[in-house]
Amino acid sequence: MKAAPYLLCVPALVLFAGVVIVPLAMTVLLSFHDWGQYKGIEPVFILKNWQEVLGDSYFHEMFARTFRIAFFVTLLAAMFGAPEAYILNRMRSPWRGIFLLVILGPLLISVVARTLGWALLFGGNSGLVNKALMGMGLISAPLPFMFTETGIVVALAHVLMPYMVLAVWASLQRLDPQIENAAVALGAGPFTVLRRIVLPQVMPGILSGAVIVFALAASAFATPAIIGGRRLKVASTLAYDEFLNTLNWPLGAAVAVLLLLALVAIVWGANRLVERRYAQVFA
Amino acid sequence: MAFLELDNLTKSFGTHNAVDGLTLSVEKGEFVALLGPSGCGKTTTLQMIAGFVEPTSGAIRLAGKDLLAIKPAKRGLGIVFQSYALFPHMTVAENVGFGLEMQGVAAAERKTRVAETLELVGLGAFASRFPRQMSGGQQQRVALARALVIRPQVLLLDEPLSNLDAKLREGMQIELRQIQRTVGTTTILVTHDQAEAMALSDRIVVMNQGRAEQIGPPHEAYERPATPFVANFLGKTNLVDGASVRPERISFAVSGLAGTVRTRIFQGNHWLYQVDTASGLVTVIRQNSGEAMPGEGDAVHLAWEGRA
Repeated sequence: MKAAPYLLCVPALVLFAGVVIVPLAMTVLLSFHDWGQYKGIEPVFILKNWQEVLGDSYFHEMFARTFRIAFFVTLLAAMFGAPEAYILNRMRSPWRGIFLLVILGPLLISVVARTLGWALLFGGNSGLVNKALMGMGLISAPLPFMFTETGIVVALAHVLMPYMVLAVWASLQRLDPQIENAAVALGAGPFTVLRRIVLPQVMPGILSGAVIVFALAASAFATPAIIGGRRLKVASTLAYDEFLNTLNWPLGAAVAVLLLLALVAIVWGANRLVERRYAQVFA
Repeated sequence: MAFLELDNLTKSFGTHNAVDGLTLSVEKGEFVALLGPSGCGKTTTLQMIAGFVEPTSGAIRLAGKDLLAIKPAKRGLGIVFQSYALFPHMTVAENVGFGLEMQGVAAAERKTRVAETLELVGLGAFASRFPRQMSGGQQQRVALARALVIRPQVLLLDEPLSNLDAKLREGMQIELRQIQRTVGTTTILVTHDQAEAMALSDRIVVMNQGRAEQIGPPHEAYERPATPFVANFLGKTNLVDGASVRPERISFAVSGLAGTVRTRIFQGNHWLYQVDTASGLVTVIRQNSGEAMPGEGDAVHLAWEGRA
């Protein structure tokens, strides 16, 4: 028996178990514990938290909002990110590098700073854009942005756009550079080339970008916390509040685990769909 | 009047002339090869005919009409790309039928013509495959079928066989020539492979630094190269006392240019010799006829027709 390969894996496995598996298992266990205002956490096995999370319409609304926001963020990111990547891919040498930096640059800035930027632009009466638009007489009341779902969707789409651009760009680079010329030579117009030749080939890239953006949007914390605040909670801010404000850790754990399970199911399902649809075409 | 005319065609990138005043007339049904090393302007010329590159100056006429005034999508030329550029998300039949679909050919006719063309290239049974499930040679045929099915006025081949291995390439050369003879489409081939150009074409255009060094039938260019560049590019050549002599024209004789065999290499159907002489190193190719041949270090005399 060759033990060496397994022994060499041990340090990494121990680290992985220590920082991922163990805390995750503890969170799952925690979600089955009892909690009371005065008795705190009781290490017993009950289904109370799960019944509450799955049965209460308050939580239903919260999860529906979370996935609605994630869906529209993904849609927005695909609608703007895919053309952005295509244009980027067609740029010539110096410009391509410069604009790639412009697109990826925001990743170097904290999400909090970027989201606060949106708050500065649209936040209430004193937001810069609102002030300017009102000053020009185009609108009479400030555009509602803070504490709205639209606000969260716009800010999150901005924050997560680079992931979509990168995923689509990667699939564009696998495109045969002559393939568009081949279609043109056969009589296809520019729009037909995009729709019939380019789009089907970058679809796996768009879908994998969509999976990343969806997962990150559904589990995002900072942006919904700043734009949505307490008034407009999503699953992650809800779990945070249960942990740190109500101190009902078991309920917070149930919310967090449910979010994780739902995300894994969606991502796995989407992956299966992509693989089955494109297996024949793209090895 | 010629069918396809390139008139003083020039393409400059900055100060560099990729194609420099190229003039060429191609007859209807003719197979012409643009031959030269990489960077000689042959691919740029092809791309100007296809419309992917705009010429700096000069004209291209097809059947008397100004081709440059027509958009690439409307030129109706068949192109086979070096990478084949097949559409990976479409089946073979969809790939081949794409051009007909763009022309608005009805589905029923499209189906028959696709089937006919696939039959022509020997892929009748592969219509529902995806390109990825096929070998390089088969993909190459799909690309050819896709270009031919639209009944192009001119067929443009951009290094079509360079991605195939040597054995397959030879077979495809013969097949490509037969197919071209069958359909009779005027064809322009771009290649850096002199054997391929000579095997396939009616005339070759040997290009160097954007200019045509010689235009003529393959064997004429081989036998009577206009410049030292052409002589060198079209196979091996010896420069003996200022005259160019092909290695296979030199034979061992009892008298002639005296020399010593430096190396002898066996290549199956022929022997390759390098002989030290007073006029320098001479390459000699002799058929392997089964007779005893001089060995390394032997003293020999070299003779060839036309030697004074």
